[in-house]
Amino acid sequence: MTEAGPDPNEPVRSIRAPVHLEYHFMPGRASSRFLRGVEQGRLLGQRCPQCAKVYVPPRGACAACGVPTDEEVEVADRGTVTTFCVVNVPFHGQKIKLPYVSATILLDGADIGLFHLLQEVDAEKVHMGMRVEAVWAPPEQRKPTLESILHFRPSGEPDADYETYKDHV
Amino acid sequence: MAGEILVATNVLEYPYTRTVGPVLGAFFTGLREGRIQGVRAADGRVLVPPTEYDPLTSEELTEMVDVGQAGVVTTWAWVYAPRPLHPLDRPFAWVLVRLDGADTSMLHALDAGEPERMSTGMRVRVRWREGRVGEIQDIACFEPETPS
Repeated sequence: MTEAGPDPNEPVRSIRAPVHLEYHFMPGRASSRFLRGVEQGRLLGQRCPQCAKVYVPPRGACAACGVPTDEEVEVADRGTVTTFCVVNVPFHGQKIKLPYVSATILLDGADIGLFHLLQEVDAEKVHMGMRVEAVWAPPEQRKPTLESILHFRPSGEPDADYETYKDHV
Repeated sequence: MAGEILVATNVLEYPYTRTVGPVLGAFFTGLREGRIQGVRAADGRVLVPPTEYDPLTSEELTEMVDVGQAGVVTTWAWVYAPRPLHPLDRPFAWVLVRLDGADTSMLHALDAGEPERMSTGMRVRVRWREGRVGEIQDIACFEPETPS
């Protein structure tokens, strides 16, 4: 499986040794409902009956209480940046122009951050507490994947008070 | 539809290239030329595939030795249902082959057709691949020395 390139007159110095794994991913009932919702432009979470925290995406159970989370709640497609990472390092297969920002976004109504791409803003302007909103793919291009949200961008609202997200950093 | 559980096919691949060093480099270069080489160990045994260091004394090994292109099966396991990335697209055997002139056995695939032909001690020979590039797949597989 060596690529064309090595000189056939030179001694062999390296071999291609790719690791290749094909598998089926099943997100389960709760996350499937979430992804179906994303296809319709809605963000569906689940609330824990004991601690009342809202999981987005839902996993069907509360990780802290260990009980099923049957109650479905819709959350907003806007929220607050709780933490973020500026990506400066090029890597194989990269599709986005450097530098770019990946952020954990606490959606309004949710108790767990959603990890997504932040665009339409200079990397050095991104900060904790920044208010952002989802930029959706056009409805006809949405699929049951988080890529149906193209990215998040600043919403223009004033920064959120630290008190509003301090339990989620 | 709303309650249906989704399934997605994922492919995970790391496109590693690994350097092989002088001894395995010589082994792979030999394969590209249609030769199989081992290395002479400190006690005189010929190790195929070669190792860079002696398995008993740990000293560096450098003397490459040509071995035969046929040998005996020392153990085997039959594969009834080959996987997509297996070397053969029909049932075959994984075999350890001790090549003539070698003192250790090498893992490869044997195109034996059916498991009834398999036995420990059977004679097999190399089937080379067209267009060799210097990797273990340059040996397409082994085949029984006596036709069925």
